[in-house]
Formats: sequence, structure tokens, C-alpha cells
Amino acid sequence: MPNEQLDYNLAHLEGEIVLLGGLVETAIFKAVRALRYRDLDLSREVIAEDDRIDEFETKIQNDCVEQIRRQAPLAADLRRIIGMMFIANELERMGDYAEGIAKVSINMGHEAPLKELEDIPKMADLAVSMMKRSIDAMTTTNREDSARIALEIENDDDEVDRLYQKVQSDILTLVEENRERAVRGTYLLWVAHNIERVADRSTNIAERAIYMSTGIIVGGNAEAQAAVLS
Amino acid sequence: MQESIITFDDQDLVLEAENMSIHYGSTLAVEDVSMQIPRNTIVSLIGPSGCGKSTILRCFNRMNDLIPSARVSGNIKYQGVNIYDDDVDPTDIRFRIGMVFQRPNPFPKSIYDNVAFGPRVNGLTKDLDRVVEESLRRAALWDEVKDRLNESGLAISGGQQQRLCIARALAVDPDVVLMDEPASALDPISTQAIEDLIRELAQEVTIIIVTHNMQQATRISDYAAVMMVAEDRVGHLIEYGTNEQVFGNPVDPRTEAYVTGRIG
Repeated sequence: MPNEQLDYNLAHLEGEIVLLGGLVETAIFKAVRALRYRDLDLSREVIAEDDRIDEFETKIQNDCVEQIRRQAPLAADLRRIIGMMFIANELERMGDYAEGIAKVSINMGHEAPLKELEDIPKMADLAVSMMKRSIDAMTTTNREDSARIALEIENDDDEVDRLYQKVQSDILTLVEENRERAVRGTYLLWVAHNIERVADRSTNIAERAIYMSTGIIVGGNAEAQAAVLS
Repeated sequence: MQESIITFDDQDLVLEAENMSIHYGSTLAVEDVSMQIPRNTIVSLIGPSGCGKSTILRCFNRMNDLIPSARVSGNIKYQGVNIYDDDVDPTDIRFRIGMVFQRPNPFPKSIYDNVAFGPRVNGLTKDLDRVVEESLRRAALWDEVKDRLNESGLAISGGQQQRLCIARALAVDPDVVLMDEPASALDPISTQAIEDLIRELAQEVTIIIVTHNMQQATRISDYAAVMMVAEDRVGHLIEYGTNEQVFGNPVDPRTEAYVTGRIG
């Protein structure tokens, strides 16, 4: 007697999370692109579209609660639903970071960024890639695969942190040379901070993916994750 | 990796089955079950219909003796003594290890006499009022029946009847109470009352409960034992572990399939 209804509904929910991830990915790319090319209309579009992300996240949370209420799931089913609720929330917050970047861009007006954007787009590419792979870790049911992806994401997070520190020190150097640059410098610091948060939350999603497949909640370190495999 | 069958090394065990197998005539019903029951815990026995849960439960107090074709091999130790040894009186065992069945089965006697039955068989004559009151209080029934103790045990509601049966089992001060789906014939409110009672009783009595209700097992048990019928139609214990393990992250994929409703 396979529980076809629950299997179907969980697969459907997983699909919705993947779609939510797609919306967030688009939002982050658009926000960074709008910043880079000083496209304020595009920034406004990102802000407007964040409502869709919020609504979609609420729908997923409600659907998860519905499954808990109707099916009283246990074991792996329960972990999957709890995991998806957590992940939907993380993605929604990532959408807020994209919105934050768009707002900074609008505050900058038509003024050029303090410095040529080099590391920030790199950070954004890496953070979005981490986010997409963290969702891959969720959709795979193979515990080795999800743990392996999570470890890679953890390593990439170190690279994002390194780029973030570089951006910080570059901007601080420019501001120290000329204090009138402080406001423009702060704009870019905010942008870099938001991207760093996206990367960080991707590691949270990957950890939760490990929980979904193994039942173990690992702390945010590679050793604990490797231990899950042994 | 966690073990699929939990053992309790330094704990006070009230019951222990060692390589227990059960035949009905020439048919093997349950094969090679070994499990330890620590004192004052709630252990649920779960598994699909026909997997041998009730059979095992009845072996724990020699109720299977009443079925002529039933034969038990291996040891079932109660406080270290094999209850199937020749010099053990099954009636003594059934006082120490009581039983409550699926359908409430009060005797067609007064509420008072139902509870006083066991103590009277044991020869208790004085202090009977106190034992009856205490047992009814422990079964959370006293306040509801204290003014109608002489009414028939069959005149109260199904949920009350089941608590009366629990009071009857408690009146002889058992160490263990075996329960075979004690709430399956009850409405949700009565079920809740029985579950509250089971948790309360587990402070001083060990409870082994067979249930088909997975949520009930999850709510009340400290440990859960999962039985499964193999292709040879013989029941086996496939997993025995903490509530957290069995209902949260089972070791055996068959347990996972059962508790998530994929087999059963």
C-alpha cells in the first residue's frame, strides 16, 4: 500500500521549492545587473517582484502545514516536510537580499559606483551557484550525494567570504584616502554584505538537505558533515 | 550506524525474551525474538496485521497457555526467572503481569466487585475498600464512579469500562500491564484519557502496548518494537529502538516503509 497521495504531494512541494529557487536566482541576477549597468527601472522591477517571492513562500508553508495536518507524516516524510519549510523560508530571505541590493542601487541614483564592479559580480555568481546546488542537495534522495554537495558548498562559502573581505578592504582603503567617498563606499559594502548572506544561507539549506536525507542536524562545519557519511 | 535492536546493559530489566519462537501446532508464527524491557517504561509493539504482535504480547504473561496448540520455545525472563519453567504457576505470573484487551471486558458484576475480584482471589479480605478506591484513582476513574460503585460495570461508557479494566488489572499491584490495542474501540476523548493514564501509570508500572495507531505509538511510547512478516509468513522482530529512532529515523528500511504508511 504505497502512500501515493503523500508521495505525489511531497514531490509537488519539492517542485515548488525548485521554482521558488528559480525566482530568487532571477531576482539576484537582475539586482546585480541593474546595479552594474545603472538600470534603475530594473531595480524597481526586482523590488516589485519580491512580493511574488513572499507570496509563493507563504503558499509553500501553508501547503506543508496542510500535509502535516492531513497525513500526520513520520520518519523521512516528516523530515522532508520540515526541511522544505525551513528551506522555503531561507529562499524567501534570499529574495529580501536581492530586494536590498535593488534599493541600494536606487539610492545610488545615476551616480557611478565608487569603484569598478569586479569582485561583487564574482561573489554573486558564486552565491547563486551555491544556492542552486543547495537545492540540488535537497532534491537528491541519496545521502552521499547530498553530503558531497553540501561539502562543496561549504568550501565555496570560504571563497565568498574571502572575496567579501577583499571588497571590504578595497572600499575602506578608498574611503580612507578621501572621506567624501564614505557614502558611496557604504552602498557597495551593503551590496557585498547582502551577497555574502545569500551564500551563507545556501550553506544552511545544504545542511538542512543533509538532515532530510539522514535525520542528522549538522553544525556548519565540514568535519561534522563528513562524519555523517561514515 | 545505530543498532536495529536496542539492548539495555546496565538497566533494571523487568522482562527479557531470549530467542523466543512461537508455534501454533506445526505452524511457526513468530521466530527468534530477543528483546529487553526496562522497568517503568512504555514499549509499543507495532507492525502490520498478522505479524505476531498480539502473539508475543500474550507470551509475556503465558496467556498462550490457554490455546492448546500454542507452543513457546526460548526463554522469557521476568525478573531473571524463566516464566515458562515447570515450577512457575501461570496464575502468579498473570497477577504480576496484567493484561487489558482491545474491547473493554468488565465482568457482569458491580464496579466494586470488578476491581475487588483479583485481590479477593489473592485472599485479601480486609482493606478491600481502600484497594478498590486506590485502584480506581490510579485508573483515573474514581471521581466518575465513586457514587455508583454498586452499579454494573457494564452500565458505564466504553471509555470508562476500559479504565475499569485497567483498575481491575492494577488492583493486584502488577509490575507490568500488557495492553492489546486498548483504545482502538474508543472515541478520541476516551482515547486521550487512556493515553494520559498510560503515561501516568508508567511512573510505577511497565506498559507493553500493541497498537495499530502509529500516532498513538509516537505519542506515548519510550521504545517501539517493529514486527514484520517475512515471505515465509513467519513474524520477526525487525527493529526495536527509542521513539526517536523508530518514528524519526528508522534503521531498517522496512520500518521506514511501515511507519510512513507505505506498507501495512
